[in-house]
Amino acid sequence: MKNFFIEFGEVLAIALRAIRANKMRSILTTLGIIIGIVAVTTMSTAIIGLREAFLSSISSLGSDVLYVSKSPWMARGNWSLYRNRKNITLEQYEKLQTMIKTYDAIAPTISTFGLTVKYNGKSVTSSVVYGTTEEYQRTSTIELEQGRFMNEIDVKAGRKVCMIGQDIVDELFPFESPINKEVKLNGIPFKVIGIMTKQGSGFLGSFSMDGMIIMPLKAFTTIAGDERGRLTINVKVGDVDKLEDAKEEIRGAMRVIRKVPPGKDDDFAINQQEAFKQMYDQTVGIIAIAGIVITALSLFVGAIGIMNIMFVTVTERTKEIGIRKAIGAKTWSILLQFLVEAALLCVMGGLVGLLISFPLSLIVNQFLPTTLPWTVAAMAIMISAIVGVVSGFLPAWKASRLNPVDALRYE
Amino acid sequence: MNIITIEHIAKIYQVGTEEVHALADVSLKIDKGEYVAIMGPSGSGKSTLMNILGCLDTPTKGIYNFNDVNVSQMNDNELAKIRNREIGFVFQTFNLLARSDALHNVELPLIYAGVPSADRKERAKEALAHVGLADRMHHRPNELSGGQRQRVAIARALVTRPSIILADEPTGNLDTKTGEDIMALFNEIYEQGNTIILVTHEEYIAEHAERILRIRDGLIEKDEHVKDRYIPKKNGESKI
Repeated sequence: MKNFFIEFGEVLAIALRAIRANKMRSILTTLGIIIGIVAVTTMSTAIIGLREAFLSSISSLGSDVLYVSKSPWMARGNWSLYRNRKNITLEQYEKLQTMIKTYDAIAPTISTFGLTVKYNGKSVTSSVVYGTTEEYQRTSTIELEQGRFMNEIDVKAGRKVCMIGQDIVDELFPFESPINKEVKLNGIPFKVIGIMTKQGSGFLGSFSMDGMIIMPLKAFTTIAGDERGRLTINVKVGDVDKLEDAKEEIRGAMRVIRKVPPGKDDDFAINQQEAFKQMYDQTVGIIAIAGIVITALSLFVGAIGIMNIMFVTVTERTKEIGIRKAIGAKTWSILLQFLVEAALLCVMGGLVGLLISFPLSLIVNQFLPTTLPWTVAAMAIMISAIVGVVSGFLPAWKASRLNPVDALRYE
Repeated sequence: MNIITIEHIAKIYQVGTEEVHALADVSLKIDKGEYVAIMGPSGSGKSTLMNILGCLDTPTKGIYNFNDVNVSQMNDNELAKIRNREIGFVFQTFNLLARSDALHNVELPLIYAGVPSADRKERAKEALAHVGLADRMHHRPNELSGGQRQRVAIARALVTRPSIILADEPTGNLDTKTGEDIMALFNEIYEQGNTIILVTHEEYIAEHAERILRIRDGLIEKDEHVKDRYIPKKNGESKI
């Protein structure tokens, strides 16, 4: 082992000298690795950024919240199967609330999309309108910036009050406070009692949580008709570890409530944030892997370049190998020497590649919430070293196997 | 005490379908402190013999004992170790590393022997001083004259304090006067008690040794003692 470290110093010095002695060749060879590393790291950064963006867009669902509804979010197969299921009703919600224990908060919700909100001659289309109860504040991640959330009395009485998102505030109330002002939804006046904190746009700007309106369930039915089966029961479990237990409890209770005979499948679904993640990883994840593989091809081409130049180097330095062997270099010393040289070339390429891809990741950052993560940078360096060792192996092996007599005779 | 004992070694190369007997049947003994010249025309097998003596190659048949260790069946790495510790090579074309300075060239065998840096540098400097190149340590081979290059090579051969110095036509690429200097250096090394094996095809050079082995057609034709060996005079470049 002592010998190894003593020789390693020599090996590193030789490699640096050899690379410096052939500057142009080293630069050109390394270029292949540089391009490969830039492609792979930029691609990885984009993929990680895409996932981050997606996760943050579904984070409002809450990782410890279960959503009981008629159909699953990620339906596979026959849609009509779910459509023909009986609706989840308010009575079922009330029964469920009394039957289960593992929860922090429970709220029924109905939603509708694309309602127009009017105030003082101005109008704006809301992204989503929720009819729910005061408990919704606890099952969701919603926070209020001004005013208050609806209370039990508002809900019981079905008062025509609402909480509005920032986008709606910006459109309808550019110069005044919306609190206690009346907006009109389908011609029915609603008093604004709270403003929700800005959440930012959803996945790739697709869906804005800031266009949301929340109101008491009963008030909702007056503008959007009765609860036509879109009732979802949000159950905040409060502890991610208890999620599975809670799920089983709800499942059992719902089967009793909806009188599902033993042996029959559930006629409802219990959804959670996790399902979105899984769907994402199954679809976008596969595309991402394909992207990495394709960009990795450029790294592969770079590796071939390294291998090629290492073969040339070994041939050129046959005499040197002969001298070293005559003087007592063992097979592994020579092998190590050329492996280190190849690895060093690649790691240098990797470092230059990172220097290029870091500013590129700042450009990616304009679209996705990420810059070059240090894990990707560390991986890139490791991959470069591995590429060097792998592509340098055959030439180094050839060098180490040279017969000293023949190598010394080589001119 | 015999450093080298060779018994009936042969080296056979397969060239196409034909077998070439580079060495047919050679037996010899070399004692510690001897100065032996191996002579022979090209194709005589002297290079093959030198390669085997230098543990660069192994014989096809026969036994080669080096310091009472049988090296004829050793693998590449074991031979490398013997070369590193026991043999100092001096070549006709010097065979120095072009990109390294004199000091580093001399350090090289010590690197492969696993000697730590500080110790290594000290010993290499000592060896260079020994051959009279204390002031040329940081010169690269292309900044040195032929004679100086060969001195660096000799310093490299001496630095591990090997059992034998194996010199293959050490004056072949040098002019007569420089050759004389190098031979004077070998003489000094010999007089200090080192064992030297000199491979040459020049009678005049061979006569510096105390014993001449004449090789022809893969056999030792003659093993003679030099009665009146030529002792070169020092030209003053080296300092002992």
